[in-house]
This record gives sequence, structure tokens and C-alpha cells, in this order.
Amino acid sequence: MQLTLWTYEGPPHVGAMRVATGMEGLHYVLHAPQGDTYADLLFTMIERRDRRPPVTYTTFQARDLGGDTAALFTRALRDAAERFRPEAVIVGASCTAELIQDDPGGLAESAGLDIPVVPLDLPSYSKKENWGAAETFYQLLRRFAAKGAARPATCNILGPTALGFRHRDDVTEIAGLLSRLGVTVNLVAPMGARPADLARIGDAAFNVVLYPEIAGQAAAFLQRRLGQPFTRSIPIGVGGTRDFIAEVAALAGVDATPLLAEEASRLPWYSRSVDSTYLTGKRVFVFGDATHAVAAARVARDEMGFEVVGLGSYSREQAREVREAARALGLEALITDDYLAVEQAIAEAQPELVLGTQMERHTAKRLGIPCAVISAPVHVQDFPARYSPQMGFEGANVLFDAWVHPLMMGLEEHLIGMFREDGEFTDTAPSHLGHAAAPAPVSAPAPAPAPAHAPLALAWAAEAEAELRKIPFFVRGKARRNTESFARARGLSTITVETLYDAKAHFSR
Amino acid sequence: MSLALEAGCEARPVLRERGQREVFCGLTGIVWMHRKIRDAFFLVVGSRTCAHLLQSAAGVMIFAEPRFATAILEERDLAGLADAQEELDRTVARLLERRPDIRLLFLVGSCPSEVIKLDLAKAAQRLNARFAGVRVLNYSGSGIETTFTQGEDACLAALAPELPGSDAPQLLIVGALAEVVEDQWRRLFAAMGVHRLAFLPARRAGEMPAIGAGTRFLLAQPFLAETARLLESRGARHIPALFPLGAEGSTEFLRAGAQAMGVGEARFREATALAEARAKAALAGPRARLEGRRVFFFPDSQLEVPMARFLARECGMEPVEIGTPYLHRAHLARELPLLPASALLSEGQDVERQLDRCLAARPDLVVCGLGLANPLERQGITTKWSIELVFTPVQGHDQAADLAGLYARPFARREMLRV
Repeated sequence: MQLTLWTYEGPPHVGAMRVATGMEGLHYVLHAPQGDTYADLLFTMIERRDRRPPVTYTTFQARDLGGDTAALFTRALRDAAERFRPEAVIVGASCTAELIQDDPGGLAESAGLDIPVVPLDLPSYSKKENWGAAETFYQLLRRFAAKGAARPATCNILGPTALGFRHRDDVTEIAGLLSRLGVTVNLVAPMGARPADLARIGDAAFNVVLYPEIAGQAAAFLQRRLGQPFTRSIPIGVGGTRDFIAEVAALAGVDATPLLAEEASRLPWYSRSVDSTYLTGKRVFVFGDATHAVAAARVARDEMGFEVVGLGSYSREQAREVREAARALGLEALITDDYLAVEQAIAEAQPELVLGTQMERHTAKRLGIPCAVISAPVHVQDFPARYSPQMGFEGANVLFDAWVHPLMMGLEEHLIGMFREDGEFTDTAPSHLGHAAAPAPVSAPAPAPAPAHAPLALAWAAEAEAELRKIPFFVRGKARRNTESFARARGLSTITVETLYDAKAHFSR
Repeated sequence: MSLALEAGCEARPVLRERGQREVFCGLTGIVWMHRKIRDAFFLVVGSRTCAHLLQSAAGVMIFAEPRFATAILEERDLAGLADAQEELDRTVARLLERRPDIRLLFLVGSCPSEVIKLDLAKAAQRLNARFAGVRVLNYSGSGIETTFTQGEDACLAALAPELPGSDAPQLLIVGALAEVVEDQWRRLFAAMGVHRLAFLPARRAGEMPAIGAGTRFLLAQPFLAETARLLESRGARHIPALFPLGAEGSTEFLRAGAQAMGVGEARFREATALAEARAKAALAGPRARLEGRRVFFFPDSQLEVPMARFLARECGMEPVEIGTPYLHRAHLARELPLLPASALLSEGQDVERQLDRCLAARPDLVVCGLGLANPLERQGITTKWSIELVFTPVQGHDQAADLAGLYARPFARREMLRV
């Protein structure tokens, strides 16, 4: 049993729904108890879709368990096929239906439908949402993909689904880049594709994999089955995008020099301009799905000049890539789907900025740290009306704005460091976010998990404590921690003003 | 579930349907119950789907740490049940360590835990012995057994046998209400001289009311079948009344309570006349937007029948179909005769057929869940998403206009938008 306050991913059948809802002409018949239809509102409310997801649920109740739930499934399948007239159907079970073992695949086989039926086997008690999406897409391709013309300089874009973080705009951005390179897009899938379209996936020479969590397995299969190579670079950030362009150009046999010669993103100049100097070495903690977290860590260090002090992911399937990226930054990767473990790691690292998911916004709020969202899971505000890709050159512009926004602006940061008794500009929140200065904190901050204190009790002299408060708030936590570890290493039991400055001198060497 | 109370009904025909049900499970009740009882924690024993439901339906909007969580069953828990009990102990210990302020812990059963027959009652018993100062109870909010607000019924029903006993006369109001509503009613009853007034649930675990033979109780919500049955089994007596929605419903609700406590009509009128007049006057505004419009209810919370009664009688709307997930005729005995005869009453659901009926009827307003609302709006049909009716203070005289306003706002918005 795993204690879960927040879950980073839904169950695997939600991944299958994301594939089905992203596609056209495909229906999903899901054996599930009453209540599992909550998943519809992920699509109708969070993603604001204007149609119901193409999912029929059996919604069995307790009274049905004594009877024939298998017949209930078969009836729901026949009704759905008749009412919605899909090109193909996928069938599967949710976690509860998995326990009663009605075998939707076998039942669908014997129902005698005149359309293709693809059974899904999604183990709900060991796998999760992204795995479910990847498996569903893979099973669909196994059924429908066929050899094709493999036209040169033609590719498929694989990975975007319903309910994907910025998938809508990433596809537009990347399709634009490909078109400027002279590469033709044969098919985008799963998003927007029909089952019949999957049959002509072989008309492309290679595949562009935008989201390995969803399309990695499918791309590897297509390479085996159809000999299509696929891209490994993730076009997030300026460097990532340039690597991606070079990789695509090599696969397509086109010349990328003109496109690479352009300074197509504003991020490099914004980041070099003097207003950004104060961003240098800001301590940032990164957590998300593997693809977004690894890409964000690179952008944070190489393109924003931040110091990455923590990197982790909930994507166990891609743990190896995250570990490699963390090692390159001199860090130990945090691979976990335990929200409490992430919270503890953030509290211990004392970052000045958190780049994470919706869940890290909870943690950052609790710890009083600025935060920007870089990865699913996200809520409705991260399905914006405006164009806001994460990928490509415009994506890099979006990243720059989104990550700098929560930080206190340079001048204010200086002034608060100099004059600490202003009643209006206090160090609880940046004024450009429009919050009035909070009155001196009444209640103690929410009890953060205690950073691992050594048993030796350390006392702060009153003057030292007062001096500590003169350090700007966003580095105060780090200063406190450094001073305490300095004192502990020297066997001091009381921290004085002198200890504070000794530690400062020690760590600035 | 209560099966015994079907007798004594009026003979109104009801369309009963079975098919796909587009409803929440009872776990969703946790979303408001964890806020209502301030020192209670709800630990769902279920799957990742349950955790995902709670966070999608509510949690992601809440940035304060919620007092609910899920103990997610994993493959190894399914292998052997003895192991699962040990795992549960470990999980609860970890939880209580993090939240030492918790006084009441509900172990909430789900579809997976019910299907594998994990004995949560036994677990609650064992944990009670192990953790002093924390009361551990259990109930099921599974989708196979409960629909949406029935989760509150199951939770209160778990509390009912635990309440202290007292045969002293008192008036008990049952059902989670907004604090502002409770406070208004306290004042009204105090003005009538009724001071022995209690609410179930109370705001804290240690303040739950005592009950016994002297207790007369009003149901503030229509979905409390099991809770009412258990309160009656402890000697308390139910006072039949309209549900306190709208001016008419609120007056009759309060009058029934007052009469049960021996308050004379003159004193009752004196205490409530002002609030009733205020409610009627305030309803004029939203009524102008609602009058003559046709409304269609999809099943959701069991609030549909009293809501339709209010909209028909006080706002001049015409109910086309009133869908309810479960029709408790005894508790709706005062409501049903007040519904217009032309309205189709339906219990249960086959969502595709119901959508066919809805689209054919082209109502002016559809009351439905969030899975249907945007798709219907896209087809040009004005909707009011129904969950909001459970999360908003709508009971009592001073909320009557707010309640009508919830239904009027979609029309107001349609009139305003020029895009």
C-alpha cells in the first residue's frame, strides 16, 4: 500500500482514454464501475473539449456483481458500435474490472463486430497513465501500421495526445520548423489521426518523437517493423531545438544551415541582456516527467544561467535518462512518485525557484518558494487560450517569460537587501505579483519536514539570528543551512554573528 | 441501503432506466466533508483511480493541504489479504505522524477494496485500540454501492452509532450545511425560544451531538436514507418536511422543526416572517430571468426533486424531466405532490438515451455534470453544472435568491456575450 496525498499520474486506462480522445473515429469501451466516468471531465473541463470523450463505460454496480457482468460488457460494446459507428474499437478494464476478470478482449472477439477490435491489457495495480497511453498507441500501431512508400524527407510526428501539457501548440511549432526545413509531415498521431490513417504511417521515411513517455515504445516498434529511424533530441530550449533541427536534417537529407544560422528565438538575447544578470546562479529545483525535467535542467543551466540544485522525475520508465542528466550536473537524481519525498527533497535543497508540476506548486506555496509549471500533471490554467508551446524557438520565448515571472525583479531584490524595515515592500512576496505586503507572519510557517538535523543541538545567539534576517529571503534558507553545517563541522554549539560571517567566507571560497 | 421505506407513496409514474450512468461515486463526498469536520481525515483505501478521482474532482483546485489521502493498493496487496491489514496499519501510522492534529479518521472503502472484501471494519477496530486520542471509523464510498452525495450519507451513518446517548429533548438538523446557514438557523430558533438545537455533523469530532428518545430530527438534505434509519434505530424521530430550498421550503422546514419543539404558530411567524418576506422579495430578480423557461435535470445528487419543486413553484420554470440517481419516496413524500404533473420523473440512467430525450426536448436549461456540460453548450444548449449546487450555501431563506441566481446566471451570461 502506498500513502498518496497527490498522484503524479492517473491509472493506465486514463492513458488509453487520452489516446482514444486525441484520435478520431476510434471508440473505447471500458469495463468500469459506476463513478469512473469522472475521467470525462478531465477532457471536457480541464482541456475544455466541446465533445464527450469517445468512451462507453459499463458502469456496473454492486447488484450487477451477483449477475452477469460479462453480458453487461458485451451489451455495452454492441450498443456503442451501433450508436457511434467507429472505424475501430479498443476494449479494456479499469482497476476494479481487472479484479473481476471478465476478459473484455475475449468477449469482444466473440461479439462478432464487423470492425477491428483492439484489446488492451493495462495492469492497473503496477502501471500508470503514461504507460497506458504508450501501450495503447503501440497496440494500435501493431494492429494497423503497414509498410509504405517511405518517401524521402517525409516524417510522422508521434506522441501528442488529448490532455497533454501544451501538446496542441508544440505540434504547431514543430510542424512549422519541419516545413521551414523542407520536411513534409505525413501524419501526426495519435492526436488528430484516424485508425485508417495509421495504415499509411509507413509512407514516411522517419519519425519525430516529441514525447518519449507516450511514443517511445511505438517508435521503437516502427523502427523494427518498418525500418523507420526516429529522433532522440527533444526540441525544448534553444540548444535542444538546434540539436533537434540538426538531427532531423541528417535523417531527412536536407540542409539545416540556413535555419540554424538564424537567431530565431529571443531567449538568447533576453538572457544575455544585463537585466538578466541577477538570474546568475539562482538555485533551481526541477521535477516533472522525464522529458520535460531533463530538458528544463539543460535550459536552466545553459540558457538561463541558473544553478540546478535538484533534478528528479516520476517517470520510472525513463529513470536511466534522468539519472544520466543528473550525474552530468553533479547531482543524484530523485526518481519517485511519492509527493512527500519530493516535498522533503525541495525543503532540504532550499532552492530559490521550483520548476515542477501542479504538485510542486502546492509544495512551493507551502514553503514560500517561487514556482513555474514545466510538466504534467497540470490543471485548467495550463491549457491556455493563447499560443504557448514549450518546444521550438517560440517555446523558448515562452519558457523565459514563464520562469522569470515568479522571481522578484532585480531592483526590488536589491532594495529589499539594503533596506529591510519598509512597511510596504517586505520580503514575503514580489510586488509585481500584486500582493499587498503581508503583515508580519502571524502563524508559524506550515511545518515543513525537518531538514535532517544532527542530534547536536545548535543555538543561534539573538544577534546572529537578527543578522541572518538581514540576508535576502530567497537565500536565507541556504545561509542558515550552510552556517549550521559549518558550526557543526567545527563542534560549535552556539552560532554568533562571527560564526555567520566565518561561514559566509568559508563557502564563498 | 434502505429498502423498507418504499411504502406510503403517491402513485406518480417513474421511468426507471439502467445503462451507462454518468455520475460520481460516493468518494466525492470527501471533498466537502473534509472541510466540514475540521479535525477529521479521510483515508481512502483504493486504487490509483480513486486517488486520481479525488484530485481531479477537487484536489487540484485546493492549494492548502487537504485532509484526505489514498492508500493505493498495489499488486502485492492483492496477493494476500493478511498482508493488506498490516500495510494499512503502517500507512495509518505514517499518516498520523504527519498530521498529529487529527482526531477522527475515516477509512473509506472503494470499489477495489469492496470487491476484494478487505475488512475495513476490522481494521478500524484494531486501529482504535492502537492509537489513543484518534477515533477510527469506516464506511464505503465505492461507486458500486454509492452515488455522489450518498457518500455523505454513508459517512454520517458511520457516525450515528458512535454518537453519545441522551434522551433529553432536542431538535437535530442532519446533513452537512454551510456554516453561515447553521448560524442563521441557530438565531431563528433562538428567537423562537428553541435553544436545544444541534447539527450533525458538528464542526469538530469532539462536538458531535448526543441522541436518544428525546431527539426529533429534520433532514436538511434528501440523500440521507441510511443515516435517518440509524438515527431512528437509536430512538430519534424524523420530522417530515419539505427540504429547505427556496422561501416555501425553508418556511415549511423551519415550521416543522418549531412545531416538533412545541413552538406556537404566532411565535414561529414572528421569528421567521421577516426572513421569508426578504426571501420572496429577493427572488423577484432571478425569477424574471427564469420564468417560463423549460429545465431538464440529469441525475446527480438526489437534490433534483426539491430543486425542481423550487424552480417550478417559486421561479415559474417548467421541469421537463427530473432525473435522480435514487428516489427515496418516503423522504420526498412532501415534495412529490408539489411537482407539476407534466414533468417526467426518472430514476437511474442510460445516459445515451437520456441525451436523446434531452436533445429532442430542446430545454432552455440543462442541469448536468461537468462531463456533459461543455459538450451540450457547444450544441447551443444552456447548462448549469450541478455539482456547484452541493458546494454552495443554498439552504434557508437568505440563500433562496442565491440559489435561483445559480440557475439564472447562465442565462445572464448568454445575454451578455457578444462573441
